[in-house]
Amino acid sequence: MKRMLDWFDDRTGVRALVHATLYEHVPGGAHWRYVWGSTLVFAFATQVVTGVFLWMCYSPSAQTAWESVYYIQYEMQGGWLLRGLHHFMAQAMVVLMVLHFMQVIIDGAYRAPREVNFWLGLILMQIVLGLSLTGYLLPWDQKGYWATRVATNLLSVVPWVGPQLQQLVVGGSDYGHLTLTRFFALHAGVLPGLLAVFLVMHVAIFRRHGLCHKQPITRPDCMFWPDQVLKDAVACLAVLAVVLLLSLHPSAWLSSHEGAMGYAQLGAELGAPADPSSQYSAARPEWYFLFLFQFLKLFEGWGEHGELLGAIVIPGAVMLALFLMPFIGKWKLGHRFNIGFAACLLLGAGLLTAAAVNEDYRARWTSQDRFADFTPVFEQLGQDNDKIAAHFSGQPEKATEYRRRLEEYESYRKSQEYLHAVEEADQEAARVVRLARGPAQIPVSGAITLLRDDPKTQGPRLFAAYCASCHTHTAPGDETDLAQREKATGANLYAFASRKWIAGLLNPKQIGGPEYFGHTSHAEGTMVGFVTDTLAGWPAEEVSQVVAALSAEAQLKSQVAADKKDAEPIEAGRKLIADGERCASCHHFREAGELGSAPDLTGYGSREWIVGMISDPKHERFYREDNDRMPSFANNQDPARNTLSARQIGLLADWLRGDWYEPPAEPAQAAAK
Amino acid sequence: MDLFVSRLSGSAASNYYTQQSIGAPRMATPVANSPARTSAPPAKDRRGFLAIVLGALVAIVPFASGLAVFLDPLRRNGRGGRFVRVTGSDAVPADGIPREFPVVTERVDAWNRSVEPIGAVYLRRTSEDSAPECWSATCPHAGCFVAYDGETNSFKCPCHNSTFTVEGQVIEPSPSPRNMDTLECRMQGDEILVKFENFYTGKAEKIVKQ
Repeated sequence: MKRMLDWFDDRTGVRALVHATLYEHVPGGAHWRYVWGSTLVFAFATQVVTGVFLWMCYSPSAQTAWESVYYIQYEMQGGWLLRGLHHFMAQAMVVLMVLHFMQVIIDGAYRAPREVNFWLGLILMQIVLGLSLTGYLLPWDQKGYWATRVATNLLSVVPWVGPQLQQLVVGGSDYGHLTLTRFFALHAGVLPGLLAVFLVMHVAIFRRHGLCHKQPITRPDCMFWPDQVLKDAVACLAVLAVVLLLSLHPSAWLSSHEGAMGYAQLGAELGAPADPSSQYSAARPEWYFLFLFQFLKLFEGWGEHGELLGAIVIPGAVMLALFLMPFIGKWKLGHRFNIGFAACLLLGAGLLTAAAVNEDYRARWTSQDRFADFTPVFEQLGQDNDKIAAHFSGQPEKATEYRRRLEEYESYRKSQEYLHAVEEADQEAARVVRLARGPAQIPVSGAITLLRDDPKTQGPRLFAAYCASCHTHTAPGDETDLAQREKATGANLYAFASRKWIAGLLNPKQIGGPEYFGHTSHAEGTMVGFVTDTLAGWPAEEVSQVVAALSAEAQLKSQVAADKKDAEPIEAGRKLIADGERCASCHHFREAGELGSAPDLTGYGSREWIVGMISDPKHERFYREDNDRMPSFANNQDPARNTLSARQIGLLADWLRGDWYEPPAEPAQAAAK
Repeated sequence: MDLFVSRLSGSAASNYYTQQSIGAPRMATPVANSPARTSAPPAKDRRGFLAIVLGALVAIVPFASGLAVFLDPLRRNGRGGRFVRVTGSDAVPADGIPREFPVVTERVDAWNRSVEPIGAVYLRRTSEDSAPECWSATCPHAGCFVAYDGETNSFKCPCHNSTFTVEGQVIEPSPSPRNMDTLECRMQGDEILVKFENFYTGKAEKIVKQ
């Protein structure tokens, strides 16, 4: 064995190399405060190892980036742990970098002869931040997409070459495939390569000058191996423990709505796939960039110079000041100035971060009751300066007080909106994962198609955009949007065509009310008259048979079992509906009755029926000339001229009917219940 | 680069090699007899210089070929500036409330062409007979999407708190350097067409992104 080693050493000189690496002289003995550099090397090594394994599964393109990350996170064994380690170690690296930097400043290790090494350290810091910025986009989820849009848009304010620079970074005028390929090449190739090169130089120069120890030395010297290495190893273990702890916890523990995910999400978060057309109000950078994000808000009213100053000039000047620290340190008070400057930077960044967090999350620790006495006045005055002046005429201090409260209330509401957006984003992320794990899996066109074709996701949006100016869609007992509901002129379409809904329609007390025909031109029409005068006299059993039979026409997913069970009453109900003396005297139903005076009851509430009704309520199958204000959303021969496409109407119909994919209950969840 | 080439082909060739008898093997000329004997460094210098030039050349070619591809996005323009049908006129009642609509049109993303939402606009109409007003939903500050807030009847950006009146005028103090970006909008029968464009953010003037 020894001979073999001798032979190898003779050819390579490996012993001298190992010796030089391990037997570094440590003046004054091993210290805990020397560990930061080693923990950073460890963090980088972890990122390389986890990063390369992630690389083996990642596919950078607009249709595959999110999808491959989803696959790593939810399908591959241990994928969540790998992502979690990579994600949280990146954050640990930033923290360790700040600690290392402060250690160097406090110990004065930036001064001669270590200036160059200090500069190399600052360059390394830039590279690490660059890695973090590029890595944030790679999952191509809403969060990364919108945060990167903001970050790259800031590039365009760089003087002279800004727009070209932005175009080069983005890989075109719009975000897409080439943005991902570029960011990935930077993240996995260029930046780690540079980092490795600079790290080698950094460590080599560090070895050249030796440790920067404190004077006077009070303890005997030692060697790097094993004393300092042991301390370093313990520190690395502590870092790894923290990172593992963060990865092992469901990310839900950071937010208050664990239930939204349905199942615990471990490791790093994955949002819904990027959607350039969908407003994403929860876009925030990674937490250690929040201070820069908040800093930009300070430049209100500065015009275009504000952004240039906040995003480029001031951060650039601060960086320059850091580079000049070795020279500043030569002055008598220079070292103290440097320590003070670094501390101020840290404090400022901390305060800005706290302000950003407070702005976003204040609604969580502020009670709505705080504004109980304010909201009535606010509803009267709003932000109208004239009204405020008139209301508080002669009481300037009360007007000032009002404005102060107004500001407070506005920031409270803004925070509420942010939290709401976060919750919505979480729900959307959970939804797309459920769809992706469903039997259909992800189509070649990407996961965004899953959401765009999902009635549960798109229904509420389409309804809000096209239907909600007349109709409501609120469950009984839901107290939200009362003001909006008072304005409603159409029926409440919640659970449309269900037995409950039809029972209400045939209830003499309800049909003329706001939930049905109350605010329409049918309020005093034939149907309302029929229900209040004639139907009220029917035996209750017959009414319920009609309700069951009419509702069965819809073939709702929620009523499959009930329809099957009540086959007999439904058959009886059908006979009643088809009776020429009853419903069929006005309505068409299957073979009975005629079209032309009232909506067709054949297939009432079925997908086909709702699609037809939305497309053209003036059609003879529906309300003809009696139609009250409802637009025909698709009655043109040329589909391009319709307000809604067939696809959109189908989504609306499916949503109204509660017809969308839901996964079977998870075994774990079922067991918990 | 030109400088290097001229030195190579011109001066170097004429100074040194012409001093050798033409046709005689160069190596055969004893250095001791050469006039360069006392000033040997020039020959060495030239060899060193040549090595540097060749080294630079072999390094530059692969790098330049990569750079050409890297710079390719600069010569590609977007496909903005076309009128796109956004919605039917029924969808924008004349109640002065802005409504958000996605802009769905043909989009080219490198090698893919597809029809999909490429952005969003706000449409607002105050009278039945006129075309609606139209704004891009993108905040002119840093490119987030602004949201319409019904309670205060204003637009608000969820990112850096820029606010705009319902007419799209920036409410100072806001970080946004300009008003919301208006877009050309016209009616064609019952349809609302919008000339959808993107603009550079963070600038006082509205500059179209090509």
